[in-house]
Amino acid sequence: MRILVIEDDLEAAAYVVKGLRESGHIVDHAADGDEGLNLALSGSFDVLVVDRMLPKLDGLSVVSTLRRESITTPALFLSALGEVDDRIMGLKAGGDDYLTKPYAFAELLARIEVLVRRSNPEQVRTRLQVGDLEVDLLARKVSRNGQEIDLQPREFRLLEYLMKHAGQVVTRTMLLENVWEYHFDPQTNVIDVHISRLRAKIDKNFKQPLLHTIRGAGYSLRAAD
Amino acid sequence: MLPINLLKTSTFRLAVLYLGLFAASASLLLAYVYWNTAGFLVRQTDEAVQAEITGLAEQYAQGGLPLLVHTVIQRSRDPGSSLYLVLDPSGRVLAGNLDVRPAAEPGADGWMDFIYSRKGLEGVELKAARARAFVLAEGFYLLVGRDVQERREIESLITNALIWAIFLTLMLGLIGGLFMSRNMLARVDEINKSSLEIMRGDLSRRLPIAGTGDELDQLGRNLNAMLDQIEALMIGMRQVTDNVAHDLRSPLNRMRNRLEVTLLNDMSPEEYRQVLERTIGEADHLLTTFNALLMIARAEAGSLRESMTNVDPAAIARDAAELYEPVAEESGFAINVTAEDGLQVRGNRELLSQVLTNLIDNAIKHGKVNENADGTNSSIDIAVGLNADGRVGMSVSDHGEGIPEHQYGRVLERFVRLEASRNTPGSGLGLSLAAAVARLHGGRIDFANNEPGLKVTVSLPAVVT
Repeated sequence: MRILVIEDDLEAAAYVVKGLRESGHIVDHAADGDEGLNLALSGSFDVLVVDRMLPKLDGLSVVSTLRRESITTPALFLSALGEVDDRIMGLKAGGDDYLTKPYAFAELLARIEVLVRRSNPEQVRTRLQVGDLEVDLLARKVSRNGQEIDLQPREFRLLEYLMKHAGQVVTRTMLLENVWEYHFDPQTNVIDVHISRLRAKIDKNFKQPLLHTIRGAGYSLRAAD
Repeated sequence: MLPINLLKTSTFRLAVLYLGLFAASASLLLAYVYWNTAGFLVRQTDEAVQAEITGLAEQYAQGGLPLLVHTVIQRSRDPGSSLYLVLDPSGRVLAGNLDVRPAAEPGADGWMDFIYSRKGLEGVELKAARARAFVLAEGFYLLVGRDVQERREIESLITNALIWAIFLTLMLGLIGGLFMSRNMLARVDEINKSSLEIMRGDLSRRLPIAGTGDELDQLGRNLNAMLDQIEALMIGMRQVTDNVAHDLRSPLNRMRNRLEVTLLNDMSPEEYRQVLERTIGEADHLLTTFNALLMIARAEAGSLRESMTNVDPAAIARDAAELYEPVAEESGFAINVTAEDGLQVRGNRELLSQVLTNLIDNAIKHGKVNENADGTNSSIDIAVGLNADGRVGMSVSDHGEGIPEHQYGRVLERFVRLEASRNTPGSGLGLSLAAAVARLHGGRIDFANNEPGLKVTVSLPAVVT
């Protein structure tokens, strides 16, 4: 995957670039808004990682200019401004995700993977399947190996999100944002308990576990290879 | 010496403006009075002369020049009569009570104003007159006029009186304006002096209130309320800095020390890894504390007020309870939600959710006392409803040990963790955030004894729909 990192803090940029390269991506770096915009205008990237405060041209303008030029490369904002309003401004400017500094690299990586996957348009699916686990989004029914599983509404939404991002790493913050629509971190690890409840329902009586914990990052739903 | 030029004060300018308007309307009124008095006199004189001329013209038509001269001679004898003069073509006086033909030329309207002399008791007097003159057939000359000396004197009397009236009005207005501005200025000056001192750093000073309840007093009172708030914020800020120094510096220092010690000792990669992981965990904890502090600061500054919308408190409570339900159950609690539907408050869902989750978090951490025989705890009760005072109350109650009533105020302070809870995890900021968010929403936070346990209620103004 080709990723463009637009970030003026060279040390932070080096950290991101190195991490992404080690994860097997091709990474370009621009140190200011102008350079970043020029590179991004080529449209040859799969994801843009854009700092909000940049010299010459700020991150919001870079992305909104791209959108006006009909370049739809998914963009993830990095920002030290983490309040709800700032986040909304970022998304309004055409950003697809927003990550507040400081962040864990695993969080950034997980979000980038999700963005890339999202940019490949898939037809609207009403049935999701991972291994022998099936979810019928219309009837809101879950079954594994033909055996029906009864889920609470929130558990269903949690599973739906995990299924839609099957094979990817999903962080706790991503779950809080997308399943609960909270943009703050509760003091206790409430997500872990929700996950273990879900796990008890979909994995407990089956030989092959599907819901995996990724240490230091989050969770991933995937069938055994 | 007044620091502000008196003439530049707004009161004085207003007074002058008002004075101008008043003078203009007074002038109009006086002009009308003048036209009706002095103007009336002029018209009356002219009409009398005109009537005289008409009478003489009739005599002339009937009896020619001899009758005219006769009539003029007769009329001239009457005391207080009009002025007459008839001359023959050579300029000799034939009849009349004037000695010579006046030198003045008639104006465009045929009237002439002139001065004539007359012998009176105190010698020769010069008097003003107004007349019309005609040249008759064969070069004879006729003048008919009237003495206007008296009339002129009345006229000038009226004019003088009117000018004085305007002048006095202006003077009185000006003096009044100056006096009013001086009074106003003296009080504004007091306010300025106090503000200067406040600006120099004496935040405890307040503006003087005269006690008259006028607009200056109202302004002063509002400014004083603002100063109270600024002072409270400054004190709050000082507390934050102190607390940041204390509660962020010590863990940072601990972290630094451990890293230093780690560097000094030779360890296996696995041990290094463990130290690093612990350090990251501590950094994360510090960040959480830091974020909470920032959030409190922003909530207290009120800058988040723009992002408020109408939100449903029952939905917020149910969502928060749902998020915590598994964790609570793991600790042996049951969460009961009693929420009244159809209520609305103006607020920020994120912040209110964070407050509720903080309160639930606290209830789980501190409500573990009355453990039942089967290992379950008593319930955590969440209630949303309309209070008697018309506010929406959102409360979280536990059945734990509670906190002593005299400590209710203290737990709201930042970083305060009562002795009993020193060893449970937490930043000590949850309740401060809750209080700040409640204030941001125009509400407040209250504690009550749940007998046993603690009941925390956040009350917010309801949106009337």
